[in-house]
Amino acid sequence: MSASPHSASTQSAPLSGAAILVQCLVEQGVEFVFGYPGGAVLPIYDELFGDAKGPGHIRHILVRHEAGAIHAAEGYARATGKPGVALVTSGPGATNAITGIADAWMDSIPLVVITGQVPTALIGTDAFQEADTIGITRHCTKHNYLVKDPADLAATIKEAFLIATTGRPGPVVIDIPKDVQIAVPSQRRALARAGAHRYAPQTVAPPEQIVEAVELIANAQAPIFYTGGGVINSGPEASRLLRQLQDITGAPVTSTLMGLGAFPSQHPDWLGMLGMHGTYEANMAMNKADVMVCIGARFDDRVTGRLDAFSPGSKKIHIDIDRSSINKTVPVDMGIVGDCGTVLAQLIEAWGNRQAQDLGEWKARIAGWRARECLAYPERSAKHPGMIMPQKAVERLYALTHQRSPIITTEVGQHQMWAAQYFGFEDPNKWLTSGGLGTMGYGLPAAIGAQLGHPDALVIDIAGEASIQMNIQELGTASQYRLPVKVFILNNEYMGMVRQWQELTYESRYSNSYSDSLPDFVRLAEAYGWKGIRIHDESELDEGIAAMLAHDGPVMVDCLVAQDANCLPMIPSGAAHTEMMLYGDTVEGTMDDEAKALV
Amino acid sequence: MKITEAASERHVLAVMVDNEPGILAKITGLFTARGYNIDSLTVADISEDHAVSRITIVTNGPPQVIDQIEAQLERLVPVHKVTDLTTAGPHVERELALIKVTGTGEKRVEALRLADIFRARPVDTTTESFIFEITGPPDKVDSFIALMRELGLVEVGRTGIVGMIRGAEGA
Repeated sequence: MSASPHSASTQSAPLSGAAILVQCLVEQGVEFVFGYPGGAVLPIYDELFGDAKGPGHIRHILVRHEAGAIHAAEGYARATGKPGVALVTSGPGATNAITGIADAWMDSIPLVVITGQVPTALIGTDAFQEADTIGITRHCTKHNYLVKDPADLAATIKEAFLIATTGRPGPVVIDIPKDVQIAVPSQRRALARAGAHRYAPQTVAPPEQIVEAVELIANAQAPIFYTGGGVINSGPEASRLLRQLQDITGAPVTSTLMGLGAFPSQHPDWLGMLGMHGTYEANMAMNKADVMVCIGARFDDRVTGRLDAFSPGSKKIHIDIDRSSINKTVPVDMGIVGDCGTVLAQLIEAWGNRQAQDLGEWKARIAGWRARECLAYPERSAKHPGMIMPQKAVERLYALTHQRSPIITTEVGQHQMWAAQYFGFEDPNKWLTSGGLGTMGYGLPAAIGAQLGHPDALVIDIAGEASIQMNIQELGTASQYRLPVKVFILNNEYMGMVRQWQELTYESRYSNSYSDSLPDFVRLAEAYGWKGIRIHDESELDEGIAAMLAHDGPVMVDCLVAQDANCLPMIPSGAAHTEMMLYGDTVEGTMDDEAKALV
Repeated sequence: MKITEAASERHVLAVMVDNEPGILAKITGLFTARGYNIDSLTVADISEDHAVSRITIVTNGPPQVIDQIEAQLERLVPVHKVTDLTTAGPHVERELALIKVTGTGEKRVEALRLADIFRARPVDTTTESFIFEITGPPDKVDSFIALMRELGLVEVGRTGIVGMIRGAEGA
């Protein structure tokens, strides 16, 4: 895609700001722009109209709501490792995009978001569809720009892509007033501010730190690798190196929600996810480890549980490309600033021909914790014995699809955690979920973006009946572009995670968590030109999944599941890793204010 | 339920930034968004081509919060460098204040005498008022203002402090 006949520096025919923008996107190798037109971006849309017939052209994907544009760009970015690009208009176009931008910020997803702005002369006058996009996005972007002179456009776009994709990735917003899109600049300026001091993320760790870290790991009796989204963001090579380092050290591996897939779920030293809904063995091993190596994770509150009881006896090494992640919530013995993949390679090299310690005793303790079978769940729901247990539905979905190495997206809530617990991932970039911000409505548009990036892959959005309604309009986008995405709804007629918390902390006072007046999802799907399938009970489960897979087009499956199933294991609010709640434990009750305040 | 607060210490940070629109909002917004304190903040461009500004921030917080503040500031794209003058070693802190005092007779004479002791300069005079200009470390300015309060203090304007490491090395 980069072999454009006109590069920005040699271009002689004068171009408008909008034309420069499109040309720069082509030069960046952008395949897709997810967007929605409006008054303040009409010049750009007109350029796209012309470009659609040119060589190396950009495909514009028309979403149904700007929130969908950003999540689709995120899904594309996560599934492909390339930056996602979105284009929205000023005012409501930009404000509708905010949730997605904040989501990408929290989960470190590389995005370049182009927003239209009212003409420069009208900025600050409360003009029609004016919003202070730069002000609003200031604290949920890695960087943002208001381009007031078309001569600055080319250099700005170039820097925006660099910032979005390097260091700790993140969203960058470029706000372009309508007159700047129309104007034809007489020259193109380099960024006046560019210099050696500006933006230089550290990727390579100091060698003395590597030597010290290897020494710590080699002498550990009970080491553990705690990995996160940083390993995925670093690229597939980082996942390969993680497997190699694990192989030579023998340490068991656990991961955050964001990091699933970096280490294969079928590996004997895989402990499963850790944290609030992690496995018993992962959390116990974190608690009892003597050396913890955190690789590209950030000690999120969903991971640590009660901070003063978090892995009390371990020496902690934290590898992260973002210095501000180190010592933010958990003080560590050694903070290594660098890119996960690069540092893993450095560690492997420094390890050399060392022999790994005999970790037999440690592995035996872990085997003891595994024997608790924390993911076991009752065959039948107490209240609805005839209904499918949601865990079962995910297990069957996994069993019947994992041969095809599917890309899984999710919405947010119980179904998301069940997917994380019962669906196994062998490779990175297969698991796309909103971890940090926890954005309901993420999964369907993200699946659309992922499907565009991987047209031949099986892409499934594991959803809940509440979340799916938050961006349900994107069904139309999938229809329009003939994307064969699958939506698998675990329908328990409740905002399940809210209901579960109300059961656990508010004595089952289910305030507004019942999904009343649900649509008929099968007929809704059909109205959008999708295939709709309903699964009522276990006898229809495998058959329903098979029918979903067999259909060569988008399918929405409404899988009715037991309403009272809880997502366990669980570390209750304000509890330590060692205080997990498993199935069979008493779960009803109330909590004191300190625990309630912990969300 | 109780809301706990940790003991805090005062730090002076010198922040070199690209002089671009919105950078001050980015920095002050970062402080409010993450719950950090700003005791004073000064900013002016310092390079010949007006491309770089130096922002001096006086903040307070527990040591790990101060460390976080520095890390979070360094994460901003337009920030070149953050120097913690408090931990960097001996440094000079200076602040300028304008102080308006009214009074006649003995109080007026006393104000002028004290100003002389503090090396504060009258920069405006009427028969019944002075504006003094005083420069110095913040506690000196504090002391002078406290004395003027008894002698007819009307108005105070302070710049907030700027600071610099002692010796030949730059920050």
